[in-house]
Amino acid sequence: MKLLPTVAALGLLAATGAAHAADPNLARNLAATCANCHGTNGHAVPGSGIDALAGVDKAKILQKLADFKSGVKPASIMHQISKGYTDEQLDLIAGYFAAQK
Amino acid sequence: MMLMKRRDFLKVGAAAGAMASLYGCAGGGKASGHVVVVGGGYGGATVAKYLRMWSEGSVQVTLIERNPTFISCPISNLVIGGTKTMEDITVSYDGLKNKWGVRIVQDEVVAVDAAKRSISLAKGGAMSYDRLVLSPGVDFMWDQIPGLNNADAQAKVLHAWKAGPQTVALRKQLEGMKDGGTYAIAIPKAPYRCPPGPYERACLVANYFKQNKPKSKVIILDANEDVVSKKGLFVKAWEDLYKGTLEYRNNSELKDVDVKTNTAILEFDKFKADVLNVIPPHRAGDIAAKSGLKLINNRWVDINWLSMEVNSTPGVHVIGDAIFPAPTMPKSGHMANQHGKLAAAAILNLLSGQEPSPTPVVMNTCYSFVDAKQAIHVTSVHQYDPATKVVQPVKGAGGVSAARNEIEGKVALGWAKNIWADMLA
Repeated sequence: MKLLPTVAALGLLAATGAAHAADPNLARNLAATCANCHGTNGHAVPGSGIDALAGVDKAKILQKLADFKSGVKPASIMHQISKGYTDEQLDLIAGYFAAQK
Repeated sequence: MMLMKRRDFLKVGAAAGAMASLYGCAGGGKASGHVVVVGGGYGGATVAKYLRMWSEGSVQVTLIERNPTFISCPISNLVIGGTKTMEDITVSYDGLKNKWGVRIVQDEVVAVDAAKRSISLAKGGAMSYDRLVLSPGVDFMWDQIPGLNNADAQAKVLHAWKAGPQTVALRKQLEGMKDGGTYAIAIPKAPYRCPPGPYERACLVANYFKQNKPKSKVIILDANEDVVSKKGLFVKAWEDLYKGTLEYRNNSELKDVDVKTNTAILEFDKFKADVLNVIPPHRAGDIAAKSGLKLINNRWVDINWLSMEVNSTPGVHVIGDAIFPAPTMPKSGHMANQHGKLAAAAILNLLSGQEPSPTPVVMNTCYSFVDAKQAIHVTSVHQYDPATKVVQPVKGAGGVSAARNEIEGKVALGWAKNIWADMLA
């Protein structure tokens, strides 16, 4: 189950020619940087007022992130944080959270 | 595993370590071994949980922590300001123990033998490890403030810069102060733990005075040339909310304290307060120097950003406030949590004979309250740069709030709930 986004990521990274394409934990490690606020593996504490990301459709997460990054969607902090990650990294992160149950 | 006696546990740990070495040669087996984590704060609790979670229980983890429960520094200024209680910032270690199978030992590490890969405990006995993670936080350089270099003085002039009994004691001093009194907070030169924290505390004490002791004053004695963090937002809050109550003085480094009269002694000036709150200069937690780790400027631990492993001492990783920080990286609980994850991922690779990931990323978010409800933030993202071998802040990313607001106050409390769960539940 956890391998699915990784496999997808491998293809993507191979396409970009990244030297670390073989790192099977890259998506997991990147997504963990979001967990402080969005919960371990995207399971935010219910009632905390912060969006849970576990099991959310990948395309939906990516669209939100793209809108934060471009400034289309107003935010308090995500417009600043999303700009710190490459599109490839955001793709891995969204895929990882989408695959969580 | 939890039912094992310590000796049996260590045998298993050592055997697992040997197995790891064997598989290590083959390159890429499942991680196994025994990791000892020292310090159960934002960094240590996180690395302990993530090692167990990501290894699916195959790596044994012992967490050594001197306190029976976790008490959070972030949000503790609201306890000092009187709108939260100690209960609100205290979290049990039971989740780490029962849900994640981390062995919790309430004790203190007194020595590290990095060559033999073992540690000695204050209550007696030793413990061997395959990898050691020190998350020791900071200790204070009392020798820089001669008048405070004894226990009686430190019990009177408080720092409250480690959440716990001092948080409660400072609150009591403020409650006991007469209306018309003065609270002074002395800030050391950066780097220190939680760059915006002293300014937040000044706001929250001023907020308490405004509502309960309106003739009282807050004085900030800052050793720095200027406000270290979120400057524009803090200055605006002081003007809008605390004019006449709060005064900021830059370039006001505290040199000594006359404890009898509660007087802060600056280079060319003296300042007598009713409640004097001194944050002394810090360095890496004492165990770092005691372990023989090489310190930069005799203060901070020099680590490898791919693994958080100490450059001078193989097998020992250091995370959190104790490290020599990367450019613009704050000493914060949020960042310590990120260090913990970076270290956990690297250690699991190393214990299965693989190199750490070559592209680590860490990020920081830090909220500060300017009154009981309104907060402001600063955020940054740091990506590994192979040229400098340091995680560098991403240009164009990160930033601060447009203006203080209540939404961020709510999110700040939500942040606390989530990060405490991310570490401990």
